Amino acid sequence: MARDRRVLTGEHFMTGDHACAEGGLAAGCSFFAGYPITPSTEIAERMSERLPEVGGVFIQMEDEIASMNAILGAAWGGLKTMTCTSGPGFSLMMENLGLGIVLETPTVLVNIQRGGPSTGLPTLVGQADMMQARWGSHGHYEIIALCPNSPQELFDHTVKAFNLSERYRMPVLVMGDESVGHMSEKVVIPPLEKLDIWPRNYTKKKPGEYWPYEFGEDDIPEMVKAGDGYRIHVTGLTHDKRGYPVIDAPTQDWMVRHLIDKIQKNRDKIIEVEETWLDDAEICIVSYGISSRVSHRAMELARDAGIKCGMLRLVTAWPFCEERIRELSKRMKAFVVVEINFGQMSLEVERCAAGRCPTRLVPHAGGDIHDPQDVYEAIREMAK
Amino acid sequence: MKFWRKPLDADTIRAPRGNIHVLRELCKGCGFCVEYCPRKVLELSEGFNKKGYHPPIAARMEDCVSCGLCELICPEFAIYATLVDEDGTERPVKSVSKDMEVA
Amino acid sequence: MKKPPARDGTILEDDLRVHPMAHYLRMERMPHIWCSSCGLGSSMTCFIMGMQESGIDEKRVTVVSGIGCTGRMAGYLNLDSFHTTHGRALPFATGLALANPDLRVVVISGDGDIAAIGGNHLIHSARRNMDMLILCINNFTYGMTGGQAGPTTPVSAKATTAPYGAYEYPFNLPYLAMASGATYVVRWTALHLRRLKNSIAEAIPKKGFRFIEVISPCPTAYAHKNRLGTGLDLMKFYHDNSIIKHGADPREADIEFTGKIIVGKFLDIERPTFTELMTQNVAKKFGGGR
Repeated sequence: MARDRRVLTGEHFMTGDHACAEGGLAAGCSFFAGYPITPSTEIAERMSERLPEVGGVFIQMEDEIASMNAILGAAWGGLKTMTCTSGPGFSLMMENLGLGIVLETPTVLVNIQRGGPSTGLPTLVGQADMMQARWGSHGHYEIIALCPNSPQELFDHTVKAFNLSERYRMPVLVMGDESVGHMSEKVVIPPLEKLDIWPRNYTKKKPGEYWPYEFGEDDIPEMVKAGDGYRIHVTGLTHDKRGYPVIDAPTQDWMVRHLIDKIQKNRDKIIEVEETWLDDAEICIVSYGISSRVSHRAMELARDAGIKCGMLRLVTAWPFCEERIRELSKRMKAFVVVEINFGQMSLEVERCAAGRCPTRLVPHAGGDIHDPQDVYEAIREMAK
Repeated sequence: MKFWRKPLDADTIRAPRGNIHVLRELCKGCGFCVEYCPRKVLELSEGFNKKGYHPPIAARMEDCVSCGLCELICPEFAIYATLVDEDGTERPVKSVSKDMEVA
Repeated sequence: MKKPPARDGTILEDDLRVHPMAHYLRMERMPHIWCSSCGLGSSMTCFIMGMQESGIDEKRVTVVSGIGCTGRMAGYLNLDSFHTTHGRALPFATGLALANPDLRVVVISGDGDIAAIGGNHLIHSARRNMDMLILCINNFTYGMTGGQAGPTTPVSAKATTAPYGAYEYPFNLPYLAMASGATYVVRWTALHLRRLKNSIAEAIPKKGFRFIEVISPCPTAYAHKNRLGTGLDLMKFYHDNSIIKHGADPREADIEFTGKIIVGKFLDIERPTFTELMTQNVAKKFGGGR
């Protein structure tokens, strides 16, 4: 019956939000807890229709804080879980995103960014949550964040986010934006056999031999679920490998370094960028999400005018592709960063370029996408 | 045991006897067990443990019937009783009455 | 250091693992952090004995707690346990309960964690009749952080953030739970040991949103600040001033400062749980079970 319709194999014309929901389902998501917020509500609505079809659980919680906690709890109950939100809800979820990171819980959080700050522009595009994605929760930690730039990528990146969350046993962010979420485009969903879905790394150890935060060289502990007799105790307090709270500086050092190392040791396997026409380029555009599509147009205009322009598109915004920027900064005349904010990822570009070449930001307050002409003007200016 | 009259089955039924075990380093000297022991078996000792608390001692252990209240009330898991058979073997106590009215 | 003189053969034990309840505890973490004569320790023994008596498979029992003195209980119990953020034990437990309906999820947390910051989650979880047991240990204060006023602090009681006496009306938790949709509502004091243990034993296998409030003494913060004696004095006071009234209307169960406390079972009904309703809803549309 409809129960087999987890993967809607085929060619579709669908919105980014719907593609995101389908990506979650294809990746094996069986639990969604969320709260309606424009422009991500359609993901929740789609999940409420589709999850019962595939034997999953949908629940609309009383607020985003509850949603974030419910997806963590359900992950420890053994399911693949996700939630979706936008700016104001993203802010609410921050404390418990930190809980998810410290408990090392696999889950996916989709932020379809809108104009901010505060209530801002609920129905219009923004890309100003990028630094919040990195640093939004208190304390020092690492995060993985993906930036889709089309409905197809919202499908693909949601699947990828689930895979990364299972491999690295942590929450992974999908930083979409309203333009990409609300636009309708062709989305090709492959058959299940062609999809690469990574399963949860459950431990093979017996109860009594397993500790929730014991790990090997790769800094990634194995997972368990409640009800299997492991009698685990996990806490948001600073803890040791047993999961028991230990309130002292050496344990804090151990735990925070571990959370950082887990990503930093594996950054080569996580970071993904898409490079276009960079081989002979003198100007490098750095962009992501919907702005990367506008930038592509500007890049074409620049090439037509004889300017050697290329683009580095961030597929993963975090961890940031520091090494690639450092490399490129040695031979580029300038970086042109195009984002719908007043400089967030551009700060990272500038930091990594370390003055070897200038970084020119093409900002936008939000509510609309850039005019490619403005981006082209900036490229032309830096090419002189 | 003292009775105001001798029960008819006093020869056949033996009142339960208990041994008190104290995990003295866990005790925080709250006095709950001493206060609520129904047979007034316990007293706080004059000596003290490593933390400076006075753990209980069974001053009148012959009166202990192993009711299990001390085990149930102790907040520190520092005391429990065991049922003692006539020959001195100890058995764990099932400390409560299931029939007590809840509603 | 000399052993205290043992009269009449008190058996002194040094190995903590001999305690009959050692199996249910993480003995390597004993002694726990709670103060001498705090009611939390006794509540924990009642929970352990109640759980044992209910006959439930311990592997299925999952404990979720919040932040505060009561929240530490999860860390001492040798069960699958989760010590989450302040006020958010209930939604975390919701996720667990929905992910695996076989689990018997128990939320153990304090009055501030459940009714102040967690208040929204309390009323919604009750409204949905989520299948979980809430053990709310109410000591009328935020003990862990030093004794601040909370949503259950009675009018005129002193607290570190109410130095001239609290003047906010407190919550009546059984009333709140029942009004929000709980199906099993019970209140005991920390000294009603056997009754509390029996209520827990009864509640664990039941379905629906079950709420057990335990009035417990806080010797260091609440009792000290309000000159109510030691923890033993305060626990005795709560017990002596409680009136057992099964089936009472929770509207009458307000607790005034040094006033009477109505205890007992306020409510015990059955109503379809969230999971049952969800399953019915899905079955109607798609046929078959989950």
